[in-house]
Amino acid sequence: MTLATVLIVAAALIGIGLYGALSQQSFVMLMMGLELMLNGGLLAVIGLWANTMGGAPEGQLLAIIIMAVMAVDMAIGFALVTAVYRKRQADVTESLTTMKH
Amino acid sequence: MGLTDLLFLALSAVAIVSGWRVFATDSMVRASFLLLLSFVAVGLIIVMLAAPYIGVATVFMMAVEMMVMALFMVMFMMNPAGLNPMMMVHQHRFSIAAGVLAFAGLTAAILFTSFPENSVDPSTPVVHDLGIELLGPSMLIFETAGVTLLATMIGSVILSSRSGRFGLADQGSKPPGLEPDGEPAGRQPEQGGGGHHHHH
Repeated sequence: MTLATVLIVAAALIGIGLYGALSQQSFVMLMMGLELMLNGGLLAVIGLWANTMGGAPEGQLLAIIIMAVMAVDMAIGFALVTAVYRKRQADVTESLTTMKH
Repeated sequence: MGLTDLLFLALSAVAIVSGWRVFATDSMVRASFLLLLSFVAVGLIIVMLAAPYIGVATVFMMAVEMMVMALFMVMFMMNPAGLNPMMMVHQHRFSIAAGVLAFAGLTAAILFTSFPENSVDPSTPVVHDLGIELLGPSMLIFETAGVTLLATMIGSVILSSRSGRFGLADQGSKPPGLEPDGEPAGRQPEQGGGGHHHHH
């Protein structure tokens, strides 16, 4: 378990997440892609913290911020999905061609 | 190759394969549980990387978050119970190319960078240090995250609630006319207010 292998696993997760976020039509599946990318980012941050920072606590703080970003992303994302569904009965990205009502 | 390396390989394989299966399974509920599996594997790798608090917190947070996600998956499910094959994608080739390119680019950057070698000492009290950092020098950052989460809660309630439990905000508050029996001054409330119902 070297730093390079950890970072490559993180890069694979980011790549898969990017594929999902770009390719999925359903809003909720699209958000799973975003979550997977954040997952890879979290792993990369902790990998770098453990191998290059000598245990400085700021690295763990950054990981906590990433977890807060994950929570915000999920909450606001699902609220937006609910709002869009209520207004337009839309649950796939193709149904939204304009941002106005 | 020691036990640690074998465990790391197994966990990374679980994380990557279940992360890929998220977008290849037919049922959206199954997809959210596969994502949970990927998160748990990453959380355990983080525990192995000498950050036990972050790893365990990831596992707990994601366990709860994926349960909520599974509920939303049921609400917005395309394909009940995953009985039929489902492949709902657009710009598929472009997405595959973007994902592969991101992976290749990041891997190249990793392989061609010389990182400083300064591993965390196993005897460092990392959780204790994190606690002191959170409630000491970085308290403002930590509290900013807390306020952001509060704003998120308010924002998600506003976004997802039916707007105007008592009608629109300006309903029944028409300003008086500019001249007797004339048009009211100011902005007109939209016709037939009280929310827009579109049934398709």
